[in-house]
Amino acid sequence: MPSNQTPGQDSEQPLIQAQNVSRQYRLGEAVITAVNDVSLDIRAGEFLALLGSSGSGKSTFLNLLAGLDRPTSGAIHVRGRNLAAIDSVELARYRRDTVGMVFQSFNLLPRMTLEENVELPLRLAEVDRNEREGRVAAALEHVRLGARRRHRPSELSGGEQQRGALARALVNRPAILFADEPTGNLDSVNGEQILLLLREIQSTLGMTVIMVTHERPLAERFANRIAVLSDGHLVSDTAQTPQNVAEQTTRASVGTGFQPGQPSASKS
Amino acid sequence: MKSRDLTELALRNLREAILRNSLTTLGVAVGVASLVAMLSLGVGLQTLASQRLNKSGLFDAVFVTSRRGMRGMNGEGPRPASTKTAKPEDAKPLDEPARQQFEKLANVTEVYPQVRFLTEVRFNGASYSTNVLGLPDSSRASGTFDGIIGRAFSSPTADEAILQSEFAKELSPQPATLVGKDITLRYAQRHETSSADVANEKDIDKQMDDLMSGGISIVSRDKKLRIAGIIDSDPSAGIGGFGGGRVFIPLRVAEDLHAAQPNDVQEFVRAGGSSKPTYMALTVRVKSPKDVLKVEEAVKKMGFSTFSLLDATRSLRLVFTVFDLFLGLFGSLALTVASLGIINTLVMAILERRREIGVLKALGATDRDVRSLFFAEAGAMGFLGGISGVALGWLIGAALTWGTTIYLRRQDLPGVKISYVPWWLAAGAIAFAVVVSLLAGLYPAGRAARLNPVEALRYE
Repeated sequence: MPSNQTPGQDSEQPLIQAQNVSRQYRLGEAVITAVNDVSLDIRAGEFLALLGSSGSGKSTFLNLLAGLDRPTSGAIHVRGRNLAAIDSVELARYRRDTVGMVFQSFNLLPRMTLEENVELPLRLAEVDRNEREGRVAAALEHVRLGARRRHRPSELSGGEQQRGALARALVNRPAILFADEPTGNLDSVNGEQILLLLREIQSTLGMTVIMVTHERPLAERFANRIAVLSDGHLVSDTAQTPQNVAEQTTRASVGTGFQPGQPSASKS
Repeated sequence: MKSRDLTELALRNLREAILRNSLTTLGVAVGVASLVAMLSLGVGLQTLASQRLNKSGLFDAVFVTSRRGMRGMNGEGPRPASTKTAKPEDAKPLDEPARQQFEKLANVTEVYPQVRFLTEVRFNGASYSTNVLGLPDSSRASGTFDGIIGRAFSSPTADEAILQSEFAKELSPQPATLVGKDITLRYAQRHETSSADVANEKDIDKQMDDLMSGGISIVSRDKKLRIAGIIDSDPSAGIGGFGGGRVFIPLRVAEDLHAAQPNDVQEFVRAGGSSKPTYMALTVRVKSPKDVLKVEEAVKKMGFSTFSLLDATRSLRLVFTVFDLFLGLFGSLALTVASLGIINTLVMAILERRREIGVLKALGATDRDVRSLFFAEAGAMGFLGGISGVALGWLIGAALTWGTTIYLRRQDLPGVKISYVPWWLAAGAIAFAVVVSLLAGLYPAGRAARLNPVEALRYE
């Protein structure tokens, strides 16, 4: 299985092992199988795109991997722990300490300022107050929103909100970043900026990025592995060479005029 | 999540929906206020009754008599419980050593005898027969002289008298003018004569006279006293109280007069003519009514008869406890309604913040974190409502006291404080408001904690 490994990481042992994972929902008398017997190994440092049309089960599968939901059957091993078997407190700890989440609709809390939103995971992780300020500032600088830290989400553009959400996902230094249709509510320019950021995070921080999208061109441009789901089944699992990805990333950067780590050109 | 973060988040959430949360908190405040106002009335009336009863000197005192066949005080009181066990001749005398023993008992504030004797008061050349009563110095602090015309005794040894108003009216149609004037008491002084004194008497008739008088000389004496004040009521009437007197003088002055007491003759006859001075009865005053029982037991063990009105105090407390209970129940009704308001507010908050709960859970909040957050919000509303409610309840009580005082003054009666908010009522009401609010938050908090994060995140 091809992967873009970060140096020093174990190339043999997958970070995530999904084994025969199924998720069924009951709607009245009907039983709907959203994820059907999916097995997938994900290595540390990979940028995996879960591709599929609407209703294919990709978001459900992502929620299972992120510990937001539990499979009806099968097992999901992350660093040796089976997410299907641990209790709800352990699952919450997994989400808090191992996982960062970015959503399609940003999900910043509207009553809080940007920095308060970013601080929230640190509060939940009971990080020392003295340490929080620096970490929040660093996360916001990373997504180039340091100047907007005191603004509320309603005062930010969609792209800025998503970058803010990305800062919130990064602030606890998770091992895995899950992104559920992160560009779904953004225009193409802002969407590509977010993906560039994700790519940069994956390559510089060695973070594993798992992104759900239904846009194949974006997946092909930024991910180094594409898993396609259809009707709950895993129908293909394709690796992209690092060279292809780099080329496509550069093309995308030229196209949007956006470089990771550079200040945003303007508020979109 | 740490409690400080939890509190900050809870207060922030409360601030964000300020109008709705303020109204809910106000509901709690009104509930607590009604509870506090009701109970403060109960406590105030109880305090008022207790103060009046304490002033009577009946409920914090043990009345001690000797077991030498005296039946109660002056033969009027109830028969002492233990008289059947002690032979009158073996019983201890109620004398000065006994008094000193009582003074050494724990929680005893003072021990004083009843000094009451018949006298003839001379004023403006006329004579008036009446009773004189010695008042202990402590009576000044217990409100005995409330409403006095003039003033209380200037010192415990002052040669001063206070007249009961009815008696003062006999002396002068304008009693107030008596203050500062002098009266003369003519009384019978008890003078002991030793057997040697009797044997040395040359005159057999004189010797016989002494023997017939039992070896006690009764000498007529005069004592000049200045009228310090006039009191309207008979201070602290009742069993063992100060009642029965119409002229009051300081107890120490009364004792120094050595006026003949009704029990002098009885003690002399029993002792065969060699009796030492004894007291007719002693009043042992204790720090508080709750000390009465222990002191009473201790005095009984020392071989004396006792009597107290402890049972009456207990009955009074029972009545007020039931009264407070009913007032508290009525007051709690409003708080119950307020708690429904809290439930409603928090359930609405869950609906509105469903997505937020989902986000919190996605970021790693445990069910307990979410539950605690909602609990903290409910508790904060209860706490703030409790504080405001206590303040409001106090204001209502103060207004009731104010209104009552105005009404009573119009009736030429002194004002009374009918509402009283002690610290324990204030603290208890706040704690009760918090507990009720937390109970009200139990269901919404549990519901919020159980939310599935995926479903919560889907919620628009």
